[in-house]
Amino acid sequence: MAPSPKPPANVRWTHKHLLGLEDLSREEITAILDTADSFYEVSKRDRKKVPALTGRVVFNLFFENSTRTRTSFDLAAKRLSADTQDFTASVSSLSKGETFIDTAKNIEAMGADFMVVRHPTPGAPHLLARNVQSSIINAGDGSHEHPTQGLLDLMTIRRKKGKIEGLTVALVGDISHSRVARSNIWGLLKLGAKVILCGPPTLVPKRFEAMGCEVAYHLDEVLPRVDVVNVLRIQFERAAGGSFPSIAEYSHFYGMTQERVNRAKPDLLLLAPGPINRGVELTPEVADGPNSAILDQVTNGLAVRMAVLYLLSGRKDAPALTTE
Amino acid sequence: MNSHEEILCDADGLGLILDRLARDILDAYGKDVPLRLVGIRSRGVPIAERLATRIQAVTGRPVPIGAIDVTLYRDDINTSPRWPVLLGTEIGFPVEGEQIILVDDVLYTGRTARAALNVLLDLGRPARVRLLAAVDRGHRELPIQADFAGMHVRTTRDDRILVQITPADPVDRIVLLRAPGHQPRSV
Repeated sequence: MAPSPKPPANVRWTHKHLLGLEDLSREEITAILDTADSFYEVSKRDRKKVPALTGRVVFNLFFENSTRTRTSFDLAAKRLSADTQDFTASVSSLSKGETFIDTAKNIEAMGADFMVVRHPTPGAPHLLARNVQSSIINAGDGSHEHPTQGLLDLMTIRRKKGKIEGLTVALVGDISHSRVARSNIWGLLKLGAKVILCGPPTLVPKRFEAMGCEVAYHLDEVLPRVDVVNVLRIQFERAAGGSFPSIAEYSHFYGMTQERVNRAKPDLLLLAPGPINRGVELTPEVADGPNSAILDQVTNGLAVRMAVLYLLSGRKDAPALTTE
Repeated sequence: MNSHEEILCDADGLGLILDRLARDILDAYGKDVPLRLVGIRSRGVPIAERLATRIQAVTGRPVPIGAIDVTLYRDDINTSPRWPVLLGTEIGFPVEGEQIILVDDVLYTGRTARAALNVLLDLGRPARVRLLAAVDRGHRELPIQADFAGMHVRTTRDDRILVQITPADPVDRIVLLRAPGHQPRSV
């Protein structure tokens, strides 16, 4: 196997923080995906570690539960030889009354080069970006954005389909509470895909049409013309459970069953950001079936997070954001 | 900055250099030892491809080629203002126990070769690694020497050497860009 001849890419990366895909250009998103493809190779080695971020410190600040994202960021940082430290809100001085910014400033004083932040309040990472010198990576802020999830979905689509431009992608389920949906919408539209949002009217507000998406309420009508389905989780913790009569009814109209997969394009690509409610958003046979790329998403997530950490560390002396 | 451009060799000259390097490799290993060539991105890769074609013409066996991107292993990565785009390491064969020749266009401080060795050793434990450079321009900062060198050129630290090779470049040639006002001092 001969190595591929690669044209010298010439993209200027100037961001200190990754707060959302809304802030990035098509070229910048492509640069992250190209970089992530390189890190994918590192993930396949026996020795999955490179020395690029030796001596850098990555703090995980999670103010909401997470297993997958936190573990993935932690492992990504370790594969770049950075030191990682977890900060868990429930056992910290926050429970003694310390403010969010004071906590972050203390962590900054410990020499954090990066803070990976998840918070239930939209804009919380942006607030930190204005108040500390560390690079801030948004790992999910309320129902606003989850940029690395959006990027890993884009990476999975690009690796499976060979392109993104011209594809029709359906995001199915709880759009209104979903930060994954927003990051996907920004990323997919910038890269030239057509985006269909599909779910019960209570969870798919018409206002999303203003972003350039098609809004649909009947999955069976849109399914035959889509190339990719991204199945979003019902966010019971954000009171989404009150938005439809019953789980069984939701499942009946919007659950991805084998029967629905059979009526879609044969090369339908099925994504789910996880965690999945098996039997609600999709059946086990679909989740584990040949169209599913759910586990590829997890693998690609590591490569995407390595790429983001790598790219953001290039401008450690840049001033903190002064405007949103 | 006006720099004086000096063509060290044209396409024919570069072809002769590659002919000789391929002969040197065959003299050192014999025809029966399976070789692997690993080019250092970016110009090391097309040079490795040219050498592989020449070696295969003699042995009748294809020579597998890999590519190394040393970016993540550079010792100056923390000091550069903006990080370069990765071109990726692609080595489609196990390096464990193999005879490997690292191929680069220019050998200068030796730091790139050091980084490439670390990439290779992270991938496995080759039986032996040798280093080939199309041009050795001196000024080593690490105890690294080429086992095979196409040509030796006297340079100052401010000079630049460009090894141009198709398809990465429009023509095959080696160019020395002299820094203005400098006389060559050492090798």
